[in-house]
Formats: sequence, C-alpha cells, structure tokens
Amino acid sequence: MSDTGYALEARGIVKIFGNHVALDAVDFGLRPGEVHALLGENGAGKSTLIKILTGAYQPDGGMVLADGEPVHLDNPQQAQTHGIGTVYQEVNLLPNRSIAENLYLGHQPTRFGLVDRRRMETGARGILKRYGLEIDPSSELGAHSVAVQQIVAIARAVELSGKVLILDEPTASLDRNEVERLFEIIRDLKARGLAVVFITHFLDQVFAVADRVTILRNGKLVDTRALDDMTRTDVVRLMLGKDVAFSGATGVEDARPMGEVLLDFANYGRKRSVHPFNLTIHKGEVIGVAGLLGSGRTEMARIMFGADSADEGILEIAGKKTSIARPTDAIANGFGFCPEDRKAEGIFGDLSVRENIIIALQGKLGWFSALNRDEQMEIAGRFGESMDIRAASLDMPIKLLSGGNQQKVILSRWLATDPAFLILDEPTRGIDVGAHAEIVRTINRLRDEGLALVVISSELDEVVAYSSRIVVMRDREMVAELSGENINPGVIVQAIANHREGPSA
Amino acid sequence: MSRSMRPLLATAIIFVIAYALAVMQFPTMFSTRVLGNFLTDNAFLGITAVGMTFVIISGGIDLSVGAVIGFTGVLIAVLISWAGWHPLPAFALALAVAATFGGVMGLAIHYLQVPAFIVTLAGMFLARGGASVITQDSVPIHHDFYDWISELIIRLPGGGRLSFIGLLMVAVFILGALLAHRTRFGSYVYALGGNTVSASLMGVPVARTTVGVYMLSSVLAALAGIVFSLYTSAGYPLAAVGVELDAISAVVIGGTLLTGGYGFVLGTFIGVMLLGLVQTYIIFDGTLSSWWTKIVIGALLFLFIVLQRLIFAASAQGEKAS
Repeated sequence: MSDTGYALEARGIVKIFGNHVALDAVDFGLRPGEVHALLGENGAGKSTLIKILTGAYQPDGGMVLADGEPVHLDNPQQAQTHGIGTVYQEVNLLPNRSIAENLYLGHQPTRFGLVDRRRMETGARGILKRYGLEIDPSSELGAHSVAVQQIVAIARAVELSGKVLILDEPTASLDRNEVERLFEIIRDLKARGLAVVFITHFLDQVFAVADRVTILRNGKLVDTRALDDMTRTDVVRLMLGKDVAFSGATGVEDARPMGEVLLDFANYGRKRSVHPFNLTIHKGEVIGVAGLLGSGRTEMARIMFGADSADEGILEIAGKKTSIARPTDAIANGFGFCPEDRKAEGIFGDLSVRENIIIALQGKLGWFSALNRDEQMEIAGRFGESMDIRAASLDMPIKLLSGGNQQKVILSRWLATDPAFLILDEPTRGIDVGAHAEIVRTINRLRDEGLALVVISSELDEVVAYSSRIVVMRDREMVAELSGENINPGVIVQAIANHREGPSA
Repeated sequence: MSRSMRPLLATAIIFVIAYALAVMQFPTMFSTRVLGNFLTDNAFLGITAVGMTFVIISGGIDLSVGAVIGFTGVLIAVLISWAGWHPLPAFALALAVAATFGGVMGLAIHYLQVPAFIVTLAGMFLARGGASVITQDSVPIHHDFYDWISELIIRLPGGGRLSFIGLLMVAVFILGALLAHRTRFGSYVYALGGNTVSASLMGVPVARTTVGVYMLSSVLAALAGIVFSLYTSAGYPLAAVGVELDAISAVVIGGTLLTGGYGFVLGTFIGVMLLGLVQTYIIFDGTLSSWWTKIVIGALLFLFIVLQRLIFAASAQGEKAS
C-alpha cells in the first residue's frame, strides 16, 4: 500500500447505535511526531472515535489503517500489538502492586520460570528515569500521587506499544505543576517520533502542547487544522458551531431592579476542583453559567450545594455567615439542585413518579413526620398538573418517562420543598422541544416569583434568553461576569475562548 | 510495601507474645514435641488455608473447601477399603475430581458473573451431599501404605517428631509462597484483587486466572482431605465441617485483606500456627471448654479486621495530604 505518512488513520468511519449516528464518515489522520488534539463537546463523538481506534468498538463503516495498512482491531490488546497504547482519565493500573510490577505486568522477566524481581526493578528504574521520576520501583503505586500514577501509566503504554499514544483527558485530575510536567513528557515523546492523540476540555492546554487539532461536532468532522493559524475564538466557534462573533449587542432588556441579596459567596472554592470565586446572588434573578465542558461549571454547582464541600471562602445567606458542608445543610437553607447526569444522580429509576417528587421534602421533614399516602398524592398531583408531567399514572416508575418529563419531576421535587435558591445543571439537555419550552417557561416563572436561580447550560441562546447575569468559567476558574448588553453569544464565546476583562469585571 | 507488611508484623508479634505467655504458664509447651505436633495437627487446615489465601487475594471466597475435604476422605476410604484400590491411584483420582470441581466453580464465577460466595456455597452443598450419598458412616482405612507413611517420621532432639503430613504442609506453604510472590500467575491473582477492570485492560487473562485460583483451592482442599484421611485413618462424610471458616480466619489473621489485593502466604502460616497455639493451650490447661477456641478466634479475627481498617484508612489519608 502507498505510504500515507500517517502512523494511524481512520477513513470514513461510521458508527451507529440504534438509530443514532454517533460517527458520520469521520476521517482522522495522525502523523508520527505530532501531538494531535481531538476536541468536541459532549456527545460530539470523541470517545466513540477513540474506542474504535483502540479496538473497544467495531466501526459500522470505513476502516482503520496503521502505517498505511488496513487493520482489524478486535480488542485493546490487539491494538497494543499494532503499537497503539491508551491512557485513560482514571488511571487504570493496580494501586496495590509495586510500580515495577505495574510497568511489567504480563511481561515480567523470568528466570527458571520465576519472576526475576531484581531485573524487573532495574529495568523499571531505567524507565522511570527517562520520565524524570526518581522513585523506588518496589514501592506501592497507590502510595504515590495521581500525577506519578499517570506518568507510570504513560510509561507502560509507551513501553508496550511505542508508536501511537492516546491520552484521554489525562490532565483532568492534575494541578498546574503536574500538568506542566506531563507536557514536558509529551513533548519528549513527540521528539522521539511518537504520535500522540490528546483529548482535553482545556483550550489553554491544547494551545500549549498540540500541533494540530481535529474538531468533531454531532458525530461529524468539522475540520482538521494546524493550530498555528488559529485563535482560541476560532476553535470555540468551530466546537460550538455558532457563527456569533459579529452579531453585536442584541437588544437585551434593561437590567431589572435587583432584589435583596440572598447569597454571597466570597473567595469560595475547593482545591483541585474550582478556583475561589466571588458571586453575589439576589432574589429574583437568574444567573447563567457558561463555559465548555470540564471548565468547572458542574464543580461550581456541586460546591454551592455542598455535594463537595468548599475548603476555602465564606458564604453568607441573607447577611448571615453560614456553612454548607453537606447537601443536608443546603436543603435546610432552602437550596435545591438538579444535577447534570439525570439518570445517575437525579432520578430513582425504579421508584414511582410520586415517590420521586416527595423524596426531597420527606428528607427535609426528617424521619418522624412521614407524609402519608394522601398527602403524597396531593403534592404529587399538584405538581403533576402545574408542571404538565405527562405520565399515565403518578405511580408508574419514573424510568419509563421521557427525559423531559423526568426533568420536570426533578424540578417538582425541589419546588415541593419551597426553595429559595435553585441550581439547575444542564436542565434542557437531551429533552424534546416541548418539554424544553416548558422548562424555560418554568425558569422564568420562578424568577418572577422571587426565587434565585443558577442555571448551567451549553445552549448559549437559551442562557442569554433568561439570565440577568452570566458567569463564564474557563479552566476551573470564573473568568468573567457579564451583565447588561454584554449578554450576547458573541461576547460569551469571546470570554470562553480568551478572557479580555479581568475576573469579576 | 511496608503498608501491607504491617498486619503481618502484628500477627507475628502477637504469636510470639502469646506463645511466650503460654510457655511462662506451662514451661513444657516450649519443646520440640509440642512444635512438631503443631505441624501435624494443623496440617490439613494449613494446606486448605494456602488455597484460601489465593482465593481471598484474588478478591473471592471459597466456602466449599471443608466439604471437599469431607468428600475426598469418603471417596478415598471407599476406593481403598471397599473397592480395594491402592491408595496412590485413589489419591490421584480424588485430586483430579477436585480440580474439575474447582474449575467448574471458577467458570461459573467468571462467565455467569455470579458472586463467588453463592457459587461456592452451592459447591459446598454439592460436595457435602455427594459425600453423604456415598456413605452415611465412617469408613475405616486399613492399608500397609497408610502404616508406612505414618512411620515416616524425623525424630528431633527432645522427643519431638516431624511427621510426613506436617512436612507436606510446610512444603505446600513454601511452594505456595513461590507461586504467589514469584510467578506471573501470582501477580495476576493480586491484579484481580486490586481492580478487575484495570487488570483486564492491562492484558491479564482474567478468565484463566479465575479458573486457576478456584482449581488451586479445590485441589489443595482435596490434598488436605488426603492428609486428613492419613491423620485419622478413616473417611467420614461429616468430617471437617466448618473448616472453611477456620481457613478464612487463619488467612485474615495472617494479614490478608478480606477485600483482596493484599496478603502473604507466609502470613497465613503464622495465622494457622496462632490458631493451633490457642487449641494447644486449652488442652494444656485442661479445665477450659474447647469452645473457648472459637471465642479466642472470634476476638482475634475482630481485632485484625479493625487493625487492617485502621492501617489502610490511615495511609489513605496520608496519600491525600501528600
């Protein structure tokens, strides 16, 4: 076959799940000695493409070529024999075994049928040195930091495959120094001629380390380009698919008179999760949170709700200093939280719609004042009607409802507790148009009733429509707070890509 | 490494202290005779516990071993005393049957994704029931080979005797330690106990290792059954009831983490010896009910589970801080 110059190539890959086209004729070429970033929002098809390249999925169309030869990859082990190694976000090694064994497992040097531990540890020490690690190879992997474990995982993948290294969000749980160290290693591997695929949500990191970028959106290839002649704004625009920058200020309604201050977060943050932020929230306003996936939006919401406790900063509720260390504290203070991953963190799939609605209220009331069935039916019925929940019966399991109706149930759950402050993380993701409109209407109605809301959404048009202020997150940091006529998709995209004003302008 | 060594060290220290206290009360307990009998009397338990160590390190459990000992004993006794077989082919058949039995359990655990607890519980009922179907009574064994083996003894100064079965147990422990700590199979067993998903992504043959672990456990249980029949010169379907729990106790007291991933075969040896010490003490005392053994084992077991929790919780916090 002709030499394509690609170490690994995907041609016209199609992957279909049910009647959903996850990848639609995607081409992807990886040259030796380059770092190639793969970008796209959630559901764009990044992970599906990676799983095909590593043999975890089989494509429904198109082919994978290694060194110009078509290959058939049945499983990750087989990909390894073609020189393709992968390191995942969560380190997939054995924390209970020594570093040397993690490097050599399955390939240990043996003598007389027994593992030659001395040779293994000498070899391991040599490998670690090449990655700038001066640690004892006989020490337990789990005793080291995530960064060291990550480097060991990379070392193992490179030693075993040695041609293509796929890094799937390797920096997600590292701090800045550790990320820099990882980048040195990546640059070093690049100089050694390895082809590196780098998947991340952090644009800064893409520009710091990658040579070319491939952007996917909705399962389609948007473009593959050299990063030299691109700006951050270009990248964000390609990812979000919005032709926005030139729309100018839209006629945003005047900033409505602000209600009294409800919440004041001062220097509120959590290590390795969200940098400290300052945010004041008034009664009767909606604060939109914009930012790419992984920018710290969800982490911010979790800290506000106490799902992860803040380790610095002060929170004042209506002028009184309060500590929210657990969701119980948050609920007692009138908070509510609709999480992003509805299935895993929102609904109790096997419980009925009624039970799903009353559960937060029951939690708030405590053990000793159980709601009887009539009260439950009354509450559930009231919300079923006002939220227009389309269920055959309030006693059917919630998992049988559509996504939009499930979301309405979760909203009802919190509204039943008569909250003062609601946090909605991607409330309109994956739901049909009708339910979508219903949720947006509800957000507006709640604001007018005097609730304070924080709404996280990737849909810029939607955020713009109902927010009185917009907070922009990037790299786990609050980089801008927009209000008035700055609330338009163009300015938001600018802020996501490249902050021009200082934080909390 | 030091973290996983700590429970082992604790066991060793407790054994030394307990033995010293016992000797202070009964000076005759410090003799080659008592030490030799330690090995002989606990041989079948020790051999079973080696297999159990592998199972627990891999993150599983094997409840069938006591029943396999009983079944093996009956099978051998019937073949020798009723069918007139020579003991050696009878032993070989018993080991082969056990290997098949353990292999099937391993296959069920891996491919049907049924918890090991359930599969080996079913195995326990099958083996115990099978033994009782063959015969309800104790079948005595009289054979020249048995007499010959029982006379294979190394005499020690001070009147002690190292029996064949005691030495066999020591050999099984040494081979077990080599297998666990110095072979690829051993490293795969630890890998399974650490994280099955990671292990399979790292290319560990998960199915083969799982089947191997349960085969090993059943074969060693059958070997323990052979040792038990040499020890008692009989086969009885209700022999060794509850030995699986003694074996699990010895493994945990020996410093193996019940959730898998950490442990030492030689730790199990100390665990078995500690259990033996308790029994010997009670025999020396003479006034205590033998049920005190159970109480002491229970207390030790609880102590060690708490100890492991504390050690692993403490070092987990250390990781976050660093």
